[in-house]
Amino acid sequence: MQSLVIVAHGSHLNPDSSAPTHNHADTIRAVGAFDEVRTGFWKEEPSLREVLRTVEGDEIYVVPLFISEGYFTEQVIPRELRLDGWDVSEWDSDGLSASHTVLTATDIDREVHYCGPVGTHEAMTDVLVRRAESVTGDPDVGDGFGFAVVGHGTERNENSAKAIEYHADRIREMDRFDEVQALYMDEEPEVDDVTDYFESEDVVVVPLFIADGFHTQEDIPEDMGLTDDYRTGYDIPAVVDGHRIWYAGAVGTEGLTADVILERAEEAGASIGDALEAVRERTRSTGTSDSAGSNEPAMGD
Amino acid sequence: MTADEVVLSAEVFEAFRTAIADGPIDFDDLYARYDHETERFEFETTETTRTGLSEAELHEAAEEHASFVTNWWFVSSVLGDRSADRVAFVRWLEAADEHPVPARYDALASGMDRSWGELHIMATIDETGQRSYEIRHEDDAAVSTDALDVYTNPLDAREIGTFDSGGQYRPLRTAPSLPTGWVFPDLSAIEVCETVDAFYPATIANWYRESEGTLDIDHWRDTAERQTGIYGIIDELDEAAVNRIAASCCVDSQCLKRREWEYDAETELSADGGSGVFPCREPCSLVVAAARKWTTLEREEPQTYEFELTPSEKEQLEALIDAVADDRTDDIREADVYEGANRYRARYLREKRIDEHGNLSGTPTHPEESEE
Ligand code: SF4
Repeated sequence: MQSLVIVAHGSHLNPDSSAPTHNHADTIRAVGAFDEVRTGFWKEEPSLREVLRTVEGDEIYVVPLFISEGYFTEQVIPRELRLDGWDVSEWDSDGLSASHTVLTATDIDREVHYCGPVGTHEAMTDVLVRRAESVTGDPDVGDGFGFAVVGHGTERNENSAKAIEYHADRIREMDRFDEVQALYMDEEPEVDDVTDYFESEDVVVVPLFIADGFHTQEDIPEDMGLTDDYRTGYDIPAVVDGHRIWYAGAVGTEGLTADVILERAEEAGASIGDALEAVRERTRSTGTSDSAGSNEPAMGD
Repeated sequence: MTADEVVLSAEVFEAFRTAIADGPIDFDDLYARYDHETERFEFETTETTRTGLSEAELHEAAEEHASFVTNWWFVSSVLGDRSADRVAFVRWLEAADEHPVPARYDALASGMDRSWGELHIMATIDETGQRSYEIRHEDDAAVSTDALDVYTNPLDAREIGTFDSGGQYRPLRTAPSLPTGWVFPDLSAIEVCETVDAFYPATIANWYRESEGTLDIDHWRDTAERQTGIYGIIDELDEAAVNRIAASCCVDSQCLKRREWEYDAETELSADGGSGVFPCREPCSLVVAAARKWTTLEREEPQTYEFELTPSEKEQLEALIDAVADDRTDDIREADVYEGANRYRARYLREKRIDEHGNLSGTPTHPEESEE
């Protein structure tokens, strides 16, 4: 019996935080790739401490729904899941290349395949692009458009900036958008000055975040000047300094993120049949798992 | 329906006969075996003992005592591949340890109730021995199903449990604030576990471990010392503070898990752990996050302040704290000015005793700083 366990941050304050995790879990359940799909959270229930004991299968794949390698994927998750003998060298990663490793979870005395985070997988680039398609409502968006990938800067986590650069480079290589730029919240080039970095009149802005919350719904819209007060909402697109800003909200709410979760598990050895195809189809026809560019105010955590 | 009216399908009998051919069955007062030498069957229950049976006679015996055979089939094939905790939970729902099969079937026919947190779970049986389950809020136990929103997908329990009846997010799934007004009227044995797990994650697993004597408890100190990052400071809290945390967060009025963790293995907390059916095996993330705040608050030294309050004003402050702590502010009627925590009373007190800087009795919080 093959089990998928998606682990994520969650929040005590904001129900939107775990919504993408549940949505992607439901998508994967619907395509039947695993006998069971479970979710576990740092801040919600079941906790990371107890999620494995709810798992019935014996082939267990743990995929962290996190943006980058770092504190959570390297310390918190292995500790809380009680992955015996974990050491970050298991992943032999340059900060972007963690793929998977096999360790015994002492909580259940069974082996688990512990995968690298979703955000650094190459397939995440496609999700960023799909997010641009969703927010503009144009499956061929690119021509005449700039594309900004937004993240925290190095202050919070060095690897998070690496992930932003990585995906920005890959989108640039696609030659689909006129301009591509990585922007940060706490360092240069800053998202506040988004319009300075683009000549294109239309700019899609996609934060590389798993869930919508304080940063994506309050900080970034206000920093970019989409609105003076996030509580009053903003237009999509919103006109700022003569540019039309198509603000997409967290990329992780895009339904196609389920595909990246599956890719991680498959690379770790899960047999998932044609589930990847099914998920791509399904998330395309049903659109996003969250409303595009949600501009509802929400509390951050 | 009674236990005597249970019918044995050809499919169940076939499964039974095949299983006996593989080896004896000894389960819940049913014993059956096949003697390969004599090519005869034995069939024994609390009601009958038959030996030297042909296959036709075995069939006859199995039909006459169909409750025993369908009961074996339910556990071996419906629950066959499930984890031990779920099997134990489903068996607990029908009090399998307490009642012999026919009495249990009679009880199931009219419905057997169990309570799990705020859930009211009812198990029933049909004439083929197939179980089905209904889950609703215990406060809705007497409400007609027609008056409730009907759900069939266990995962919908996740949405139901996300907000309380006032629309507030429920960060603690086991807080006694589950909204009412819904019912899962017809769940299978597997679905009942999934639904319970969606309302109250991991409670079945921990309840089972406890019943087996293998519940792993992480006491406060284990949990605090394990923390890193911003929570690394919570191991500063002493036993008295941890006791206050347990009394604030873990009592039954706040959380339906029964707290089994203590300060450490040697030091019990005096706060009430509660009487819930499922245990809490370590401080949860909500308690850890709150403890971080309390750690920084406990670093402050007490100061002596001088306030002027009338006796009634002092009592009113106490009433305000009580009302918030007991979550009663919504229940205090708009015009009930006899309640200290009434809104008009609070506004009047603020007008009188709090100055334009928000200081009680005009007394600054940090006297030295405000003099500078
Ligand atoms: S620590 Fe346990 S008992 Fe206390 S609030 Fe958290 S879950 Fe409930």
